Amino acid sequence: MDAPLIELRQVSKRYDDGPPAVDDLSLSVERGEAVAILGPSGSGKSTVLNMIAGLDRPTAGSVLVEGLRVDGLGESGSAKYRRDRIGMVFQFFNLLDDLTVADNVMLPAQLSGMPRARARARAAELLETLGIDRHAHAYPGRLSGGERQRVAVARALINRPALLLADEPTGALDTASGRDVRELLSELNQDGQTILLVTHDIQLAESCATRTIRLVDGRIASDSAVPSVAGPAGGAR
Amino acid sequence: MSRIGFGFGGALGRVVRAGVGRRRVQTLVLVLSTMMAVTSAVLAIGLLAASRAPFDHAFSGQHGAHLAAQFDGTKATSTQIAATGHAAGVTAASGPYPTVTVDQGHVNSTALGGDVGLPPMSIAGRADPGGPVDDLTLLDGHWVTGPGQAVLSADVFGPNQLVGAVLSFPQLPGSPNLTIVGVAQSVTGTADAWVEPAEVPALRAAGAAPTFQMLYRFASAGTDAQIVADRGTLADALPAGALTGSLSYLNAKLSAESSTAPIVPFMVAFGVLGLVMSVLIVGNVVSGSVGASLRRIGILKALGFTPSQVVRAYLAQALIPSAVGIGLGVVLGNVLAVPLLRREDEVFGTPPQVVAPWIDVAAVCAALVIVAATAFAPALRAGRLRAVDAIAMGRTPRAGRGRFARRVLGRLPLPRAVGLGLGSPFTRPARTLAVAAAVVFGATAVTFAFGLATSLQRVHAGISRDGSADVNVFLSDGGPDSGTTTVGPKGGGTAPAAADSAAVAAAIAAQPGTRSWSGVSRYELTVSGVSGATSVQLLEGDSSNRYELISGSWFTGPGQAVVPTRFLEVTGTRIGSTITLTDKGTAIPVRIVGEVFDTSDQGMDVVTDLRTVSAVDPAKQSHEFDVMLKPGTGHAAYVSALNNVLDPIGGHAQDNAIRSKDAIFVLLDGMIAILTGLLVVVAALAVLNTAVLETRERIHDLGVYKAVGMTLRQTIAMVLSSMAPIGLLAGIVGVPVGIALHDYVLPVMGHAAGTNLPHSILTVYSGVETVLLGLGGLAIALGGAMLPASWAAATRTAAALRTE
Repeated sequence: MDAPLIELRQVSKRYDDGPPAVDDLSLSVERGEAVAILGPSGSGKSTVLNMIAGLDRPTAGSVLVEGLRVDGLGESGSAKYRRDRIGMVFQFFNLLDDLTVADNVMLPAQLSGMPRARARARAAELLETLGIDRHAHAYPGRLSGGERQRVAVARALINRPALLLADEPTGALDTASGRDVRELLSELNQDGQTILLVTHDIQLAESCATRTIRLVDGRIASDSAVPSVAGPAGGAR
Repeated sequence: MSRIGFGFGGALGRVVRAGVGRRRVQTLVLVLSTMMAVTSAVLAIGLLAASRAPFDHAFSGQHGAHLAAQFDGTKATSTQIAATGHAAGVTAASGPYPTVTVDQGHVNSTALGGDVGLPPMSIAGRADPGGPVDDLTLLDGHWVTGPGQAVLSADVFGPNQLVGAVLSFPQLPGSPNLTIVGVAQSVTGTADAWVEPAEVPALRAAGAAPTFQMLYRFASAGTDAQIVADRGTLADALPAGALTGSLSYLNAKLSAESSTAPIVPFMVAFGVLGLVMSVLIVGNVVSGSVGASLRRIGILKALGFTPSQVVRAYLAQALIPSAVGIGLGVVLGNVLAVPLLRREDEVFGTPPQVVAPWIDVAAVCAALVIVAATAFAPALRAGRLRAVDAIAMGRTPRAGRGRFARRVLGRLPLPRAVGLGLGSPFTRPARTLAVAAAVVFGATAVTFAFGLATSLQRVHAGISRDGSADVNVFLSDGGPDSGTTTVGPKGGGTAPAAADSAAVAAAIAAQPGTRSWSGVSRYELTVSGVSGATSVQLLEGDSSNRYELISGSWFTGPGQAVVPTRFLEVTGTRIGSTITLTDKGTAIPVRIVGEVFDTSDQGMDVVTDLRTVSAVDPAKQSHEFDVMLKPGTGHAAYVSALNNVLDPIGGHAQDNAIRSKDAIFVLLDGMIAILTGLLVVVAALAVLNTAVLETRERIHDLGVYKAVGMTLRQTIAMVLSSMAPIGLLAGIVGVPVGIALHDYVLPVMGHAAGTNLPHSILTVYSGVETVLLGLGGLAIALGGAMLPASWAAATRTAAALRTE
């Protein structure tokens, strides 16, 4: 059996003298899974996501992604890890308003040193796949929320990451756009993309996740497969 | 008064204190920029006032003579000469006074340590010390009351107690003696001594023509040109050749101001640079502060702050640190002025001067007004913002500007981080232009300072004669300072060396390793139209490199001379004019063929071929030799070998390797370094401030960049790239401006010192240096952006992403 893509071993995170945001949490995610982490505000779900993304470090325990100790990386190591192995999608898109859609999408590839022509071709391919190629030269401010989130997903996928992390990807969207993004994530997972998403949106979790983990006070309250959704890549259910 | 308060107490005071304390970089920038401007201003104005005050005061009090003119009594009668007092443009006149020039006199005084020789002296016959022009100040004793008495000028022997001493002139018919009955001072030095008019003929050498002096004040006498014009009017009013010489008050004024006046132009230049930079930086900092605090302003207004209170809050946030900077600037300006004013005090022998208090007060008031006026516009903008708009604008980063530039830059074959950085300046063009202007001024200052320091170095080399020779040779009876064994401040009789000058010269020429040599001696002779003695340098050998030529040519034989600019101005002569040197009563006509760069003896040296005088007086010979060696010749071995030859014939060679630097040049170099350093630091701080503002405003974008994989190095590269175009622009613009400033200020400084400047001193920028200076702007920009770049790189991604 292959090693899990994500492995959290007895991870704790405490901010200052407050109670632990994440408390002795262990978790593994296999390749091809789409895992939704659910929980009320303050349950620690975003902290878990940030630690997996290398944006935050655990107070105790270890975080491994593809066998790499993420919690031990320096600033430059974290940056390289993020651009080479993961893609991130945020609630408020975090697109750069000064850059066109195409330039936003190409950015991580260019930061990785990919030649501009290749980056442009890859961006065009992604934009077409995601159905927003007509907006390639537009600025993000002119797009709808759903379209912006598609741009964010395209940017997250430009470097063909092993893992797609999504933080409340439908949190800032209206119903139609939310549905649009849910379908997109579901399709991506069906194509084999491993996804870890953090959400309040149970509908999102049920429609595109293969597994849901519920956090309460930084601990796993439940961890269950979603039987109605079966990704072709299988995964640990 | 409301609870929020209309003064700076209460809530408003707390808001101001928080604003000042929270934005430390901006506060530091304001403090340093205002300090720099005020330091330069206090120095410039303080020195200007200090250099002019003593002379102006004395000149006004004594109704000083704008022109002291010398007339030939055989070509014009005293009545004709007196009538020139009513010539056009003359507002007051005194005279005519009979005059005579005497030499080879002695004075016996215990105050001077016994019997000493006198320099050639110009003596005027005046019945009383007063009058409408040149109202003499009697410092000691009383005015002459009869024959055999003289009042000595304080310029001759200074403030020594000489009343009662006897001046004797054994070479004159009847060996007359004059008892000194008083010591007086003429602000423009119209004579070295005064006697009763009837005494003058008794002091005249046998056969010498009678001469007269008239003193004038004119309606227009502010410039050399006006004085020359006035002189022309007088000359035209008399028979041709009657006016034999004249002395302008501008000469005395120049002497009085010579120690500090040349410093003033460059201090003014630095002051103006500092002031403009200060205005730019204050404007930039306050508008940046308003731009970065829109949300805060909105909240303040939502809480009930009136527009006027917001304006006052932002004005105070600029004024408080500026006031600190202004205070420090006043202190620093006064402290730096001390060594310069001390030199002034040494020249006048006056009590220690300080910068006049009114200058400090004026500098403080002017700086505060300028800061308030500069900060008012952005503060007013803050006051006029609607609360809702301010909160909305502050929450949402502005976008839209500079998109085209970013798209273009994105297509260039540059690393992406660099491309992103290069696009940043276009986002806020006004701020970019303001900081660019500050860096332009920084680059201008560096370029100007480099040129100034190089020029001063060359000035020092040019005026330091010892500095130009590899080896000095002195005749055995003399030493380095005894080329003229003079007595009194102007020198007088000489004691020719016992050694054979010609034999020493031949030995030097024959010595292997000698590339060239020149012999020099200095004598005090009289020159027509110049009161007192004039230093005449007699040269032989290869002397043409001794001074830098400003115009004309070096003398090619006897009967020709080169003179400094000031000599030409003071005597109203020009290249081609003929002057008359008088040596022991023998007139020696000499034609001026060149203008040289020489500021010694107040720029009044006459430099001529030794043969010009030795033809008349064979006893005159060189006392010192300057030797230049062939490349590769060892100084020590050369000196040792030459001394073996010179010892038997009475010469002594010494290595001139140890060359000291004049204190004033050390002082000026230090001053330039301090002021340039301050300007560069302020310019770099302006960049730092802008980079900090940019980083803060785009902190969320920075988080996004880092979230998608921008590394630490790429982040630093991006921030540095955002300031690089500003630095390059500063280099392209600042260097030519700095060169132009140098080319303007140097001649003004030279003029203040009483000399034109040779081409070699003005042309100091080579191609390589210009390019390197051009990169100076880039260095300032990158230096200023380095710290914010590090901060940006160290910013935690998660925290940056949460920032909105």
